[in-house]
Amino acid sequence: MAANPGTLTAPAELAEPAVRLSGLTRSFAGRTVLDGVDLDIPAGQFTALLGHSGSGKSTLLRAVAGLDHGVAGSGELAAPERVSMVFQDSRLLPWRRVLDNVVLGLKGREARERGRAALAEVGLAGRENAWPGELSGGEAQRAALARSLVWEPELLLADEPFGALDALTRLRMHGLLRELWERHRPSVLLVTHDVDEAVVLADRVLVLERGRIGLSLTIDLPQPRSYRDPRLDTYRTRLLSALGVEETGGPEGAQPADAPDTEAPGTGAPGTDAPDTDAADTDGDDQ
Amino acid sequence: MTHLLPDSAAPAAAPTVPRAAAATATASSASAATSAPSASAGAVSAGAASAARRRGRRLGPGKRLPAARLIGPLLVLAVWAIASAAGQLDPGAIPAPWTVLHTGARLWTDGTLPSDMLTSLRRAGIGFTIGLTGGVLLALASGLSRTGEALIDGTVQLNRAIPTLGLIPLLILWLGIGETFKIAIIAIVVYIPVYLNLHSALSGIDSRFVELAEVIGLRRWEFVRQVVIPGALPGFFVGLRLAVTSSWLSLVVLEQINATSGLGYMMFQAQNYGQSDVIIVGLIVYGVFGLISDTLVRLIERRVLSWRRTLGH
Repeated sequence: MAANPGTLTAPAELAEPAVRLSGLTRSFAGRTVLDGVDLDIPAGQFTALLGHSGSGKSTLLRAVAGLDHGVAGSGELAAPERVSMVFQDSRLLPWRRVLDNVVLGLKGREARERGRAALAEVGLAGRENAWPGELSGGEAQRAALARSLVWEPELLLADEPFGALDALTRLRMHGLLRELWERHRPSVLLVTHDVDEAVVLADRVLVLERGRIGLSLTIDLPQPRSYRDPRLDTYRTRLLSALGVEETGGPEGAQPADAPDTEAPGTGAPGTDAPDTDAADTDGDDQ
Repeated sequence: MTHLLPDSAAPAAAPTVPRAAAATATASSASAATSAPSASAGAVSAGAASAARRRGRRLGPGKRLPAARLIGPLLVLAVWAIASAAGQLDPGAIPAPWTVLHTGARLWTDGTLPSDMLTSLRRAGIGFTIGLTGGVLLALASGLSRTGEALIDGTVQLNRAIPTLGLIPLLILWLGIGETFKIAIIAIVVYIPVYLNLHSALSGIDSRFVELAEVIGLRRWEFVRQVVIPGALPGFFVGLRLAVTSSWLSLVVLEQINATSGLGYMMFQAQNYGQSDVIIVGLIVYGVFGLISDTLVRLIERRVLSWRRTLGH
């Protein structure tokens, strides 16, 4: 565990990280998807993980969640005891009412009270007895958030949780997620393909590339952030170029053959010469 | 960037114009091109209205008629009654509705019909209960454990391949010609669809829910109770309804081949004496049994699967 030899680290980094991956390798049918990933997530940090479709983001997340039994791989992985996960679909059991879904698996007399409180916190007070089929997409995802909250997770894993929502609902959900994070302070690992979502929400954005963490970018701006904040543009540009997307609009030589699932955001930064220099605190591979 | 704005704004705005307004605009601009402004004013609005209606044309079958399901049977009954009254039907082959009604009342009051009905109901009831229990237990054992599946599934699939009514001679040899073999046949006929549908529903549980249960850390039993079994209930009810239908079917066959009591026996006797009215009474009773049992299963299904009504509608 002597990770930083020779350097005096800040107190925050001395603390045991919530998640530690070292040399994590996973492969499916001979194809290496994760190729020795080293990653520490400090306790309480909101981390976003970007990557193309098929870059292994979900594989990494599922490995951390312990959902990858039967997958060939090696490496070390340490994750906290209490881990919750939010999926792209709400994954509410259609045959259980909303409150029963939220407290699914929760023991004890106060379980339902906690479920009610969690539902109230995500703005679903009064919908406890609804069937999941009666909820809108956004409401269902709120209920899924409530279900992950009742476990008071030390680590919240989110696999493109807003990917299936419409743009307006997604904005509202961003606010809610950030709010919940500030109140409960779990470590968050948010897998997304949306660069805007990553830079607005996360403290640190990782780019997964060819099975490794290609870029780790600390977003050193106060919350709440506005999508229009011009200071985000430099981060966007760096992330997009790490993803192989140039913002100039025309197809660049560096672009990979299979189209990435991220799109250049319309907030017009003149992409040609992105000032990398003042992108504060890019901590490439500090962990 | 700036010179792009008007271009990009225009197509973005266009789809938000309400359809009706767009239709009106098209219609009025078309009429403006023609040279009779005042006379065509009415035509313009009519054109716009019809355009709006044309877009909204209904393609579904529309609202259901009241008591729609009864209309067909009542029509058949009316034709039957009219043809009988007009003397168009041979009363030996197809007796008049009132003759059948009268025969039914007579059989009921002299006690034959109630006792035959009771015998038939008892057979069906016992056979069905045994078959249902067996089917559910086997499906649970085979759907929830790999060992169970290895032991049970192949055997049941083999059993399913043999038409159950083909087992009648063998079962008569084994169990004699009494009630036991009839009940056994009905039980076999019932357990197969129950097993097949419940087993496939149990083993086809959505892997997304399995993942969820793993993340939450559900215990095995909780997982089975909260996720697997409720998720398999729709499949179970499909099997149950098939089982109800086939239990009546096998009952009819059993009672007409080898019986000395029951509805089928009553009808078999009537055939020997040329009493078509008695046969029709028997058929009606069978039909009523089938209808009641199917309705009952549907009602239970609606209650148990009430969450489903929120999905489709």
